[in-house]
Amino acid sequence: MSFISRRKLITGGVAATAGVAGLAVADRMARRYGLIPPDHGGCYGPGETLDYAAQRLLTKHSLAREFPRSMISKAPFANAIAPPNDAFKRMQAGGFLDWRLKVDGMVARPGMFSLAELKSLPVRSQITEVVCEEGWSYIAEWIGTPLHEVLNEVGVLPQARYIAYFSIEPEWWDSIDISDALHPQTLLSWGMNDGDLPVGFGGPLRMRVPRQLGYKSVKYITRLTVTDSMKSFGQGLGSAAPEGGYSWYAGI
Amino acid sequence: MVRVTHWLTVIAFIALLISGLEIVISHPRFYWGETGNVNMRPLFTLPIPSSRGTVPTGYGYVMPDQNGWSRYLHFQAAWVLVFTALVYGISSLLNGHFRKDLLPARGDRSWRAFWEVIARYLGRDLHRAGPDAAEAHSYNVVQRVSYLGVIFVLFPLVIWTGLALSPAFDSAFPWAVNVLGGRQSARTLHFFVTGFLVLFLVVHVTMVALGGFWSRTRTMITGRMVLRRIAQSRERL
Repeated sequence: MSFISRRKLITGGVAATAGVAGLAVADRMARRYGLIPPDHGGCYGPGETLDYAAQRLLTKHSLAREFPRSMISKAPFANAIAPPNDAFKRMQAGGFLDWRLKVDGMVARPGMFSLAELKSLPVRSQITEVVCEEGWSYIAEWIGTPLHEVLNEVGVLPQARYIAYFSIEPEWWDSIDISDALHPQTLLSWGMNDGDLPVGFGGPLRMRVPRQLGYKSVKYITRLTVTDSMKSFGQGLGSAAPEGGYSWYAGI
Repeated sequence: MVRVTHWLTVIAFIALLISGLEIVISHPRFYWGETGNVNMRPLFTLPIPSSRGTVPTGYGYVMPDQNGWSRYLHFQAAWVLVFTALVYGISSLLNGHFRKDLLPARGDRSWRAFWEVIARYLGRDLHRAGPDAAEAHSYNVVQRVSYLGVIFVLFPLVIWTGLALSPAFDSAFPWAVNVLGGRQSARTLHFFVTGFLVLFLVVHVTMVALGGFWSRTRTMITGRMVLRRIAQSRERL
């Protein structure tokens, strides 16, 4: 007795062919519109790619939720950090006057910015929530220079696709795509709740990417590199996070 | 299609459950409202050690961090679940599965019919009786209501509360998290809805086991009923 009729066989065949063709088209479209994340390989690549692609399509210009001043957390949590290295301690002893942000890569005018120079650019503040991948969160006011203002100063070349950013602490770096880099809420933050940004919270200079989880908001930023590919950075997965098993895209 | 999607859902749900528990271990405290962290008072705390030294648990012991692969797997399995749900939902609308097999029959839409089935379950020596002839081929009203609740209430809720935990999703759809009472409320609800799904899983597998685990499981895989068993149970009746 046969359990597969001719009709079922034909329908199944057509469905399978359509499925394979659909996947091939989806793959080409995804590549064309830059929906493939740097850590798209491996057994979790499909899920990571769907996360990144779906949210890129859904959230292109959306703003992270901002909160009223009354909702600022009275007891924010700075999270544990390793003791600062000697380079950091030297800067701290000098009141961070020697802190420099180096900007290089695919830019017309590579440069260095002191904190005072960053503060002389247009400033923006926002009351947003820091959300840790572990589940906890707090709300604070973040004051800083929008990343796009700094990128304007140095003149980003048209082929740029990612901004990599590096902490003064070794092995602590990450990257975001150009769309997140130009997003109005992406800040190089140097102030918090009407004061200087405390060291525990990333002072003197922290990246703030409020549409992604806390670990994208790397602390103690000293360098930005504009690039068209993340292949030559570390293991080529986009940031230090995938090298430690965590996803590069952290909007979820 | 019901059978294929059932087993895909089983695989995705187990993966989501294991990876979700691993993620919870990194912060086994729950809060209500928008924000919550170790400096704030929790709504309740799970009595387990944490995989983070920053969480005070009273155990003096930090578990290994499994969040990296757990987060990757959680979201990949969530995609499998969503695609499976779409295939199941569309095909069930088209072939009448919802209407014919899951919507309680007209005569059964009463509390009396519902309690009658419960009473039958409670009064019967389930282990020896097996399914009776009618129940072998169609679901009774209690089964129908439970399955509809899982498909149309619990799964949509668990997906919604899960999406509300994504800061990017919330930037596009802020109401999705705001109507739940804030981000930490969404996280707590995500945990409780998962609890109800696990409760369903336990009762479901228990009922299958009482009805004859291997014959029922074989039926759910192959779609063929083991007629000998039903014939036997008819004789007993």
